[in-house]
Amino acid sequence: MAIEANGKTFETDEEGYLANLNEWEPEVATAMALAEDCPLTDEHWDIINFLREYYEEYQIAPAVRVLTKAVGKKLGKDKGNSKYLYELFPYGPGKQACKYAGLPKPTGCV
Amino acid sequence: MADYEIPETHEFPIIPSIMEGAMAHSAPFVASEEFQTAMGFPSGAETGQLIDGWKEKFLELLEEKLGKYRSLQVFMDTCVKCGACTDKCHYFIGTADPKNMPVARQDLIRKIYRRYFTFAGKFFGKLGIPGFVGAAELTEEAVREMYSYYHQCSECRRCAVFCPFGIDTAEVTMAARDILSMIGMGQKYSNQIIPKIHKIGNNLGLPEAALADTLEGLEEEIEDETGVKVRLPLDEKGADILLVTPSADFFAEPHVDGLMGYAKVFHAAGVSWTISSLASEAANFGLFIGNYEAMRNISLRIRDEAKRLGVKRIIFGECGHAWRVAYNHLNTLAGPWDFLDQNYPIPQHILEFTKDCLDRDILNIDKSENDHMTLTFHDSCNIARASRIGEEPGSQFTTPREVIKAVCNNFHDMPIETIHDQTFCCGGGGGLLTDDLMELRIKGALPRMEALKNTVAEKGVTHMAAICAICKSQFTKVLPYYGMTMDQIVSVHQLVSSAIILEGQGEEAEESDDAEESA
Repeated sequence: MAIEANGKTFETDEEGYLANLNEWEPEVATAMALAEDCPLTDEHWDIINFLREYYEEYQIAPAVRVLTKAVGKKLGKDKGNSKYLYELFPYGPGKQACKYAGLPKPTGCV
Repeated sequence: MADYEIPETHEFPIIPSIMEGAMAHSAPFVASEEFQTAMGFPSGAETGQLIDGWKEKFLELLEEKLGKYRSLQVFMDTCVKCGACTDKCHYFIGTADPKNMPVARQDLIRKIYRRYFTFAGKFFGKLGIPGFVGAAELTEEAVREMYSYYHQCSECRRCAVFCPFGIDTAEVTMAARDILSMIGMGQKYSNQIIPKIHKIGNNLGLPEAALADTLEGLEEEIEDETGVKVRLPLDEKGADILLVTPSADFFAEPHVDGLMGYAKVFHAAGVSWTISSLASEAANFGLFIGNYEAMRNISLRIRDEAKRLGVKRIIFGECGHAWRVAYNHLNTLAGPWDFLDQNYPIPQHILEFTKDCLDRDILNIDKSENDHMTLTFHDSCNIARASRIGEEPGSQFTTPREVIKAVCNNFHDMPIETIHDQTFCCGGGGGLLTDDLMELRIKGALPRMEALKNTVAEKGVTHMAAICAICKSQFTKVLPYYGMTMDQIVSVHQLVSSAIILEGQGEEAEESDDAEESA
């Protein structure tokens, strides 16, 4: 599988995650989101950017409470909960947002 | 939510009319060479292709298993096709595919057994009519059918409760999956996860630094909420208790609320405990793929960490299949545990610990904290049918309910034919909790969703509590498809967490209230 973005072709795995995470560019996120009918707004980008920063430091997606806490701090307490995140990413912030952000898929019993 | 055909729920369970081949298309992603190799399993020229000489290998492995596991030999021989199991499987009820009747699913490999390992099968096979004695040739098509339907069984053993011979479909599924792995058809989901346990310490791939950061955040959350410093210690040598819990407890909701509940109970009980970063996973997917070596290696690292940290006791968190492996096999897989304190169960379940604290009345509980909810309890299949919590027969059913009732005022059970040892699987157990099987997971959840919906309607239940990471994640995903909300599933220790009043809790707030009043 593959996805076209920024005039280039990016290889993805069976589940649509980037095969080579180092190749990520913002346009990849935009293309993935469009393909899933989820156009990205600034609110989406706030989350995606946080995910990338966290991943850079810890090599894993943040746990849900780490994410909601960070979002709450930055965007206000009313947004620091999973309800807000699910509104943005209906397939689940853990998986859908990670995919757009070029993070590996969280695996296990989640 | 993606578009799937959602089965209808009814006031009473309805056995569906069969729909031949309804789920023949369902199969999880096959593990690529990368994941097969990491497990030490072979792979074909391309992902999903069988290895050279697969047929001989298949039969050789089946013969080996029949010799090694007497149970499998008995299960292959004893079925009399009485039909008692046919309508007992949640995947059959939810999909109507007749191959999801446990007997039919078992028969996919039993046919092969009969063809190559019984006199009748060999004889009629040579005449070209193996079907005359319920036997069949081992073809690539047969292998692919097995891959599909042995990944439509969650190894929950509900069928075995009703089988007059006690044939355990789970064991048949495990044997089949293990053979499939060895001819190039391993499952991606499980085979991608298991190596992470050894490389990083858990199924998620949560490294030590991230785990430490996450636990620190949870300590802050408890302190913000209660004003009390409750620790979630990591890798602390000399602690009395090693907590082994599913990594989903660190990561997902409502799991994490349960984890904070364990921490509060340990705190209130005044015991010293720790999590190990290298054994930060209770789950043992070696069970799901039917691979003894994998199961053993995963268990051994718990032993290594218990020794390294010098703990005296091991307690398992809320995880269904982990407890099945721990309760039944931890001693044979990773024992002897002679270096632990023999005065406590080895291993112990967190509910046993909490129940004991409640019985000794050392926890300060305010049940009214949970008054905004009316609870029911989902028995996890692996705990209900494959283990015990507590010491009495059936105490795996009573212990969680007693703990819930000790911390909640409002509780009602779901219908008796859907709980205790007749409980229905959540639909995502046994290595099937993967997005590529979402259709199966939604359909397989039907009997539980139906029982829950009816209990909601009749008794006013608002939330369902569970003690398994898989159940919690699965329900979070499937509840919305059945017109309910994801936050209706809660952890049992989340309820404990809400009701427990810690020493010193709220004092600061009260003081400031007093200050305001006097001012």
